[in-house]
Amino acid sequence: MKTGANPAAAGDSPRRGLAAWVDRYGRWLIILPPLLFLLVFFLIPFGYALKISFAEAALRIPPFSDVATLTPDHRLHLTLSLANYKYLFTDEVYAVSYLYSIKTAFFSTLLCLLIGYPMAYAMARSSKATQSILMLVIILPFWTSFLLRVYALEGIIRDQGLLNTVLLWLGVIHEPLKIMRTTAAVYLGIVYSYLPFMVLPLYATLEKLDLTLLEAASDLGSRPWQAFLDVTLPLSMPGIIAGSMLVFIPAIGEYVIPALLGGPDNLMIGRVLWDEFFANHDWPVAAAVAIAFLVLLAGPIAVHQHYRVRQLEG
Amino acid sequence: MERRASPFLITVLCLGIAFLYLPMVVLIGYSFNASALSSVWGGFSTQWYVELVHNRQILNAAALSLEVAALASTGALVLGTLAAVALVRFPVFRGRLLLSGMVNAPLVMPEIITGITQLLLFVSMLQLIGWPARGMTTIILSHVAFCSAYVTVTVQSRLASADRSLEEAAMDLGATPFQAFVDVTLPIIAPALVSSWLLSFTLSLDDLVISSFVSGPRSSTLPMVIYSKVKLGVSPDINALASLIITLVGACVLLAGYLVRRAERQRLAEARLAAS
Repeated sequence: MKTGANPAAAGDSPRRGLAAWVDRYGRWLIILPPLLFLLVFFLIPFGYALKISFAEAALRIPPFSDVATLTPDHRLHLTLSLANYKYLFTDEVYAVSYLYSIKTAFFSTLLCLLIGYPMAYAMARSSKATQSILMLVIILPFWTSFLLRVYALEGIIRDQGLLNTVLLWLGVIHEPLKIMRTTAAVYLGIVYSYLPFMVLPLYATLEKLDLTLLEAASDLGSRPWQAFLDVTLPLSMPGIIAGSMLVFIPAIGEYVIPALLGGPDNLMIGRVLWDEFFANHDWPVAAAVAIAFLVLLAGPIAVHQHYRVRQLEG
Repeated sequence: MERRASPFLITVLCLGIAFLYLPMVVLIGYSFNASALSSVWGGFSTQWYVELVHNRQILNAAALSLEVAALASTGALVLGTLAAVALVRFPVFRGRLLLSGMVNAPLVMPEIITGITQLLLFVSMLQLIGWPARGMTTIILSHVAFCSAYVTVTVQSRLASADRSLEEAAMDLGATPFQAFVDVTLPIIAPALVSSWLLSFTLSLDDLVISSFVSGPRSSTLPMVIYSKVKLGVSPDINALASLIITLVGACVLLAGYLVRRAERQRLAEARLAAS
């Protein structure tokens, strides 16, 4: 803290011993615990994953070979194997599932945006009292178990689920619609799970929008649509980007939704990673997949960080 | 000029909200279905709830999950608040960029990557220093790591908007910086602390992917047990369990929202009183 501007510390007798030490280094008592914890349990694990991605699978515990060994004459001996990365390029399943994950995440983000934008817009235009209730209504699902919500969705779209029961009863269809274990179910699952993440940042920017700008546009002869495209849409860009990143990034790595709702074709990278690990027990390949995946995500994550920092400081 | 939303926008909003809530409402409805076949309505019954109470596997998993969530969210609250204080109050220090990167990254990092990298760390640590054995400890450590990010973000925005001059006034009156923080600023950020603890608690209680990676063979959390059952299809006792959790969490969130808002109103009223 600003000790120099602190009259209590400066005015009385010069502080000695422990107090002086706390004044001088006290801030590190605040900074170091979270810094060290996150360093050890969040950042350093990526280093380990990188290291193990160069190892070879071995029949032992843990199931991979040593990368760095100390020879008897105290020399560090590195055995780096690029086989895992080569394998990623030779076995088609990885490239296919990477691309498939990106495609799925992209279109679900677009769907979330198309549904979420009008929702956020309507929220921002309602009265203040209604706004705070609507906020709660949108946030509540976010607090509810993700897994259970995906499970609940299954109750609607199953072959004997509510949707089919109602449609059959109404006579709209004569055969139950097959939605479960299809691509449609995966999209529905992602939109259902991540819609609040899109609506909230959009609402936050739309709510702050200066309405006099729209008035000015209409005074200058803009039609409502034109004013929306020229004024509202560009000004809500930060919300669009923040919301899209919040949907896109986790959606690429999604495991639960394709595993529970999707069919065997919906091979997303999260599922491949999971199987590599739990079914094939090939930890080095799984580590290599994770590292490659992370490199792929670096761009979107950087965009997200950039906008978050700007938001906090601006 | 007050711009009202057009009927079209209001319809989309209502449909969107219905879409978000319908599955949960239907699930709660099914949980009272006497028939085990979920397509048939066999009359109202609470038998699945009764069966739940006798299911040892689910009870054990629930106990483990609650214990993990309580410990992890408390740890995350402490570390996350410290990080928030550091980031808001100390504009320049070595490692600031690193810290702010590390508290923001878990928010968007796919869980599957966090889970796999943390497992590899735990396994290597166990080899090197004999700690931590895979199980409850490792689950708690991973949960603290990702929950503290949510705590930091929540507390950070609250702390940034808190009035610094109050704390300075307290220090002018002879309080040490620590006293001033505890007596003046802590009550102001208390609502953010409560809500971020609750958020951490629910996030930890809900986590499937990270826990699956870092847990040991004998420690299954509630989501892991639910997932293994749900993968095999719809099961009536999971309907009951899910309804219970959804209702409980919903009630807690509403209560917390109400309490926070009441505290806020009280604070504003007191501020007005003090100003007049």
